[in-house]
Amino acid sequence: MIESSHISVRNLSVHFPLGRQLFGKPPVVRAVDDVSLEIPKGSFFGLVGESGSGKTTLGRAILRAAPITSGQIFYRDDEVEYDLGDIHKEQLKDYRPRAQLIFQDPYAALSPRMTVRDIIAEPLEVMGITNTREETDDRVRKIASKCRLNLEHLRRFPHAFSGGQRQRISIARALVCNPRFVVADESVAALDVSIQADILNLLESLRGELQNTFLFISHDLSVVAHICDTVAVMYLGTLVESAPTRSLFSNPGHPYTKALLSAIPSLDPDVRGKAQKLEGEIPSPVTPPSGCKFHTRCPVVQQRCRSEIPQWRELSTGHSVACHFAEP
Amino acid sequence: MTLLTVEKLDLRFDTDEGRITAVDDVSFTLDAGEVLGLVGESGSGKSVTAKSLMQLNPSNAVYGSGSEIYLELERNVVDVLSLQSARELEIVRGGAVSMIFQEPMASFAPAITIGNQMVEQLLIHTALSKKKAADLSVEMLERVGISDAGKRFYQYAFELSGGMRQRAMIAMALSTKPKVLIADEPTTALDVTIQAQVLDLMKDLVAEFGMAILFITHDLSVIAQTADRVAVMYLGRILETGTVRQVIQTPSHPYTQGLLNSLPKLAAIDEPLTPIAGDIPSPLERPPGCVFHTRCPKAKPGVCDQSIPDLFAMGSGQAAACFALTQDWPSAN
Repeated sequence: MIESSHISVRNLSVHFPLGRQLFGKPPVVRAVDDVSLEIPKGSFFGLVGESGSGKTTLGRAILRAAPITSGQIFYRDDEVEYDLGDIHKEQLKDYRPRAQLIFQDPYAALSPRMTVRDIIAEPLEVMGITNTREETDDRVRKIASKCRLNLEHLRRFPHAFSGGQRQRISIARALVCNPRFVVADESVAALDVSIQADILNLLESLRGELQNTFLFISHDLSVVAHICDTVAVMYLGTLVESAPTRSLFSNPGHPYTKALLSAIPSLDPDVRGKAQKLEGEIPSPVTPPSGCKFHTRCPVVQQRCRSEIPQWRELSTGHSVACHFAEP
Repeated sequence: MTLLTVEKLDLRFDTDEGRITAVDDVSFTLDAGEVLGLVGESGSGKSVTAKSLMQLNPSNAVYGSGSEIYLELERNVVDVLSLQSARELEIVRGGAVSMIFQEPMASFAPAITIGNQMVEQLLIHTALSKKKAADLSVEMLERVGISDAGKRFYQYAFELSGGMRQRAMIAMALSTKPKVLIADEPTTALDVTIQAQVLDLMKDLVAEFGMAILFITHDLSVIAQTADRVAVMYLGRILETGTVRQVIQTPSHPYTQGLLNSLPKLAAIDEPLTPIAGDIPSPLERPPGCVFHTRCPKAKPGVCDQSIPDLFAMGSGQAAACFALTQDWPSAN
């Protein structure tokens, strides 16, 4: 494991069996297939891809909320080091408050029957972090003000709040146990643009203040470009490219990354329809294409791509790509 | 030629918690062959406005007395809000006006084949025989880029992928050759690569069929790529209108400016994002005066919270409803 990594993923696969069959093995969904990546300590790590690319499953596997079929995940902070594939109950109990999740939909994620104070306090109580009610209240108030929530609002129920406020409550709940590692899964996707910018700024300032590591999962490349230091691109369960944000956006190496970038509609009305369009749709993860999984849609596909799985190789410092033909 | 005229549309919903204003004094026109973009955040009333054109709003909707919607067809002018029976309403429900919905899974009936749904509406709106209607449907499916159209015709919505379903939806909406197409967030549920394909397809079809489109979205970049003119809505009111270049390149209303500033842009990833202060007010606590004054950086107490600004013409078609643009606004302070 690299010394500066917070999370180290090695050849991870997460497969889900589809039903049961009388004879032979049931078909499997290869949600994550042989993925390796390093998330540096204190970074804002972006994971992008279309729906069905396996980004959420990867995030959940790191949180030990999805089964690990094969491969390894290592976690390391200043105090502990865990092999998450081989972790026993006591260690898992210690791991939970260290790694937390912020959900996508702030309307579905908050119980309508609990007050905001109870929602934020629940992780502390469930994980037995605080002993007295005073201590709990104190921590709830501290994190609520960090998330710019009005302390008067703690007694109210979630229905009284707008989407942006709800997402701040959801963030406060994830951060109240002071996790060192946070997965933010599409945390701004359900918000309006004018609110989205506010939540992104909040996440960035919290990272600066609390010094934790964020895994930011999103389908929106412009959002990722603004907030993340490093970005990894997934396609059909595999990693196709990973690079420092600036390098990825100025010099994308993989044809899929290039296509994703050019598919973003331009805000300039004078630049219309010049995008390099990708044909077809993402294939089924039950029967992924042979060789390079992107070859069915790749604009520069060659014979070799259909049979040979491309090696993960470094183009320049920190900028790696899985394509036979990518050049620095 | 003006095809559709919406005049002083007022729409309220009677709910248990009180009367909610959804659309407030909205006027716009739509010319043949034109794409008008209606942009706004959630609760801005953009979808409700569109649904009024087909009278699809729920029964607790109350239209204001001055509200008028006219559809000018070749032979006659239809007063949309006066239509009563289901038979009369056919003209705006799939006849001269068609709609593409946001969620293609929810808008197809799950237990009827795609083909039967397409044929059914053709039988209602056209004089085609069943056989001709089926042929036309397969042709339309091919036209929107669905491979194996003959086979897809006999499939159910769940057998198609998201992008394919949205294409089928477009094929169905266009098969009756409507004069006006309402597209309500047609690409929001799709991935970017599929969104790009669907937007391209829509642009081609507008050029080919020459119909007018009312394009509803929250995404200013999608508007920049598709619309000719734009109307920006907030809490049921139009705050700014103009050509797509005017509104996006030289926005004059503080809300439009705020929206553009809060958008993450790939071309400027180092610039900080500037959100619009505060939250969108609840529809039950509608601000008096200018609806945007609670979040507006330019708002002046005593002016903006007292009376409602009219759309102020900026010349060459751009107009914005803001007191700060008028002459008597004190410029220095």
